[in-house]
Amino acid sequence: MTNQSNKTLNTNITKLVNQPYKYGFSTNVEKESFDKGLNENVIRLLSQKKEEPEFLLNFRLKAYRRWKEMECPEWAQLKFIESNYQNIIYYSAPKLRKKLNSLDEVDPEILKTFEKLGISLTEQKRLTNVAVDAVFDSVSIATTFREELAEYGVIFCSISEAVKEYPDLIEKYLGTVVPIGDNYFTALNSAVFTDGSFCYIPKGVKCPLDLSTYFRINEENSGQFERTLIIAEESSQVSYLEGCTAPQYDENQLHAAVVELIALENADIKYSTVQNWYAGDTQGKGGIYNFVTKRGLCAGKNSKISWTQVETGSSVTWKYPSCILVGENSQGEFYSVALTNNYQQTDTGTKMIHVGKNTRSRIVSKGISAGNSKNSYRGFVNVNNKAIGARNYSQCDSLLIGNSSNANTFPFIFVQNSTAKIEHEASTSKIGEEQIFYFLQRSISLEKAVELIISGFCREVFTELPLEFAAEADRLLSLKLEGSVG
Amino acid sequence: MNTKLPILEIKNLKASIEDNQILKTLNLKINKGEIHAIMGPNGSGKSTLSKVIAGHPAYTVNDGDILFSGESILTLEPEERSHLGIFLAFQYPIEIPGVSNEDFLYLSYNSKLKAEGKEEISPIEFFSVITEKLSIVDMSPTFLTRNVNEGFSGGEKKRNEIVQMLLLDSKLSILDETDSGLDIDALRIISKGIKTFMTEEKAIVLITHYQRLLDYVQPDFIHVMQNGKIIKTGTSDLAKELEQKGYEWLTVKE
Repeated sequence: MTNQSNKTLNTNITKLVNQPYKYGFSTNVEKESFDKGLNENVIRLLSQKKEEPEFLLNFRLKAYRRWKEMECPEWAQLKFIESNYQNIIYYSAPKLRKKLNSLDEVDPEILKTFEKLGISLTEQKRLTNVAVDAVFDSVSIATTFREELAEYGVIFCSISEAVKEYPDLIEKYLGTVVPIGDNYFTALNSAVFTDGSFCYIPKGVKCPLDLSTYFRINEENSGQFERTLIIAEESSQVSYLEGCTAPQYDENQLHAAVVELIALENADIKYSTVQNWYAGDTQGKGGIYNFVTKRGLCAGKNSKISWTQVETGSSVTWKYPSCILVGENSQGEFYSVALTNNYQQTDTGTKMIHVGKNTRSRIVSKGISAGNSKNSYRGFVNVNNKAIGARNYSQCDSLLIGNSSNANTFPFIFVQNSTAKIEHEASTSKIGEEQIFYFLQRSISLEKAVELIISGFCREVFTELPLEFAAEADRLLSLKLEGSVG
Repeated sequence: MNTKLPILEIKNLKASIEDNQILKTLNLKINKGEIHAIMGPNGSGKSTLSKVIAGHPAYTVNDGDILFSGESILTLEPEERSHLGIFLAFQYPIEIPGVSNEDFLYLSYNSKLKAEGKEEISPIEFFSVITEKLSIVDMSPTFLTRNVNEGFSGGEKKRNEIVQMLLLDSKLSILDETDSGLDIDALRIISKGIKTFMTEEKAIVLITHYQRLLDYVQPDFIHVMQNGKIIKTGTSDLAKELEQKGYEWLTVKE
């Protein structure tokens, strides 16, 4: 390829790639927030503010003490300036008039914000087959379809409410899949988490609606520390969706979440994420630091946990949704599309820990890197000596756009068992000048060509997304990469 | 028959890639209803000529002009040239992993319709259009579900190029060594496709090394390229002479 034509191609693709971030607005609401900074008193105040039982305060304090002894991990392929944890507001909530009894009492500005994001919380316009929990900065604003779900025995509410209404379940399961001291960010999250979603699917129930949480960071200096806990009892089934956006600020904001999933015998949990946090500007200024720990425990026989993620936002992403396959014949899946552009950095992948007999896992990871971004896949497949007959299939594909982007693959495989079957495939390709010329010569515009190549590249992952999200993911990638040249 | 109307006129064309002058004052005129063959040794600039006509971004036109139906196309993007009806069958058709042939062909067809201001058609309507084209080159509709050129044999790739030519119904089709690497049966099928396609309103340029293809598709004119220029033009007898004597004969003469 020649330099000159490379330039033409790159300018054209760059134009396509640099679509403005349309969720970058912020909302003006009256809010109540703590002063910046973190110490034991802040944690006590937080716990008190949320009227939490004592076990939770102790959980937080223990986590805080662990965190103070830990250091920010540096092993990932990421370069960033560590957040100043004393400069973060750990609690920021829209001012509420006591307890909310209906949506009419929610600040109309917030409702408008969610409307603008395409999430309608008002009765008339709700998505008909998705129940939504909307989280704004530190608190959950509203959860739709709660009563309808309750008829099936399904509990879907914010984790703060769950702490008050179902303290036994929280005490029994919180921190069992992701221990507080698991890593630096889980310790921090365990100490200061403010809200998130709680789902409980009783025995034998197939959840009649998809459950969904929409996270919005609004406050400039606040961190969002959300905590999600999903429990699927024996022979139950649930599909959970998660979406995230944030306004455009020059400063980096911190998002450190913990998600725990527990699947008992024959239970099936499908967890899908479309992450579109603000990614920083074209020079890499601002954007969200997304340090997330997501882990699922397949505790029972024949249980299944499936992670699907479409990661397009954040300036730095550090995220490895994982499965611990304890139950016999249990199954773990990880499907991922990670798109990076400009100066974004993503280090993502999964861990599949095979403990039980005949456990199976499948990993399909698709990384797309454009601009000066850095996109790394990091995977760990561990087959324990008791996991007789375990199987794993991994596939990691990278697609490079332009000449300055970077793709890495770090697959770690650790097998202690001769009966295991492990397969790993990897490929790296590039949207090249000759490919594009072929499309153009066949009357197809550059925009459509890139769109077709990208959607072909991501197809295996997109088909795993629930219908409502598949459309959104397609739209999102369109916005990020292929939308009409503005 | 119409009086001869030029579909392509190349005037004193000079073109280069990375400061290497490849085409050096090239002149060529092709009328509607004509089939031209371009022959010549490796590196004489045949493929470059085809890519420059199609608007490949790697090449720079330094001088001269290319007129298509009387209008200069030098400032047009490759897709705009395709919309006008210029088609290039690639010497090495490109593989596109993850994109099905059906999606590719459908998008190509509709993009052309749209550019012509016509209404785009539905996938179902398209299926009947494409199956008819496939049958011309003996290809099974199952090949629609495969990814574009991925894992295709050499013959399948070339047949796929011909299918695209039939589909886009181009006015000027340049076939860059479409015959190379084909066995006799495949060559016969492709020749049949080309002959079915050709009308008095169209023109075809065959870039080839061999007499073989020209036995099936008789050209009206044969040009010999050497060192970025057309050094000899003749009728089909010229190909036979070249087959016997090689290109040396012409170069020495020059």
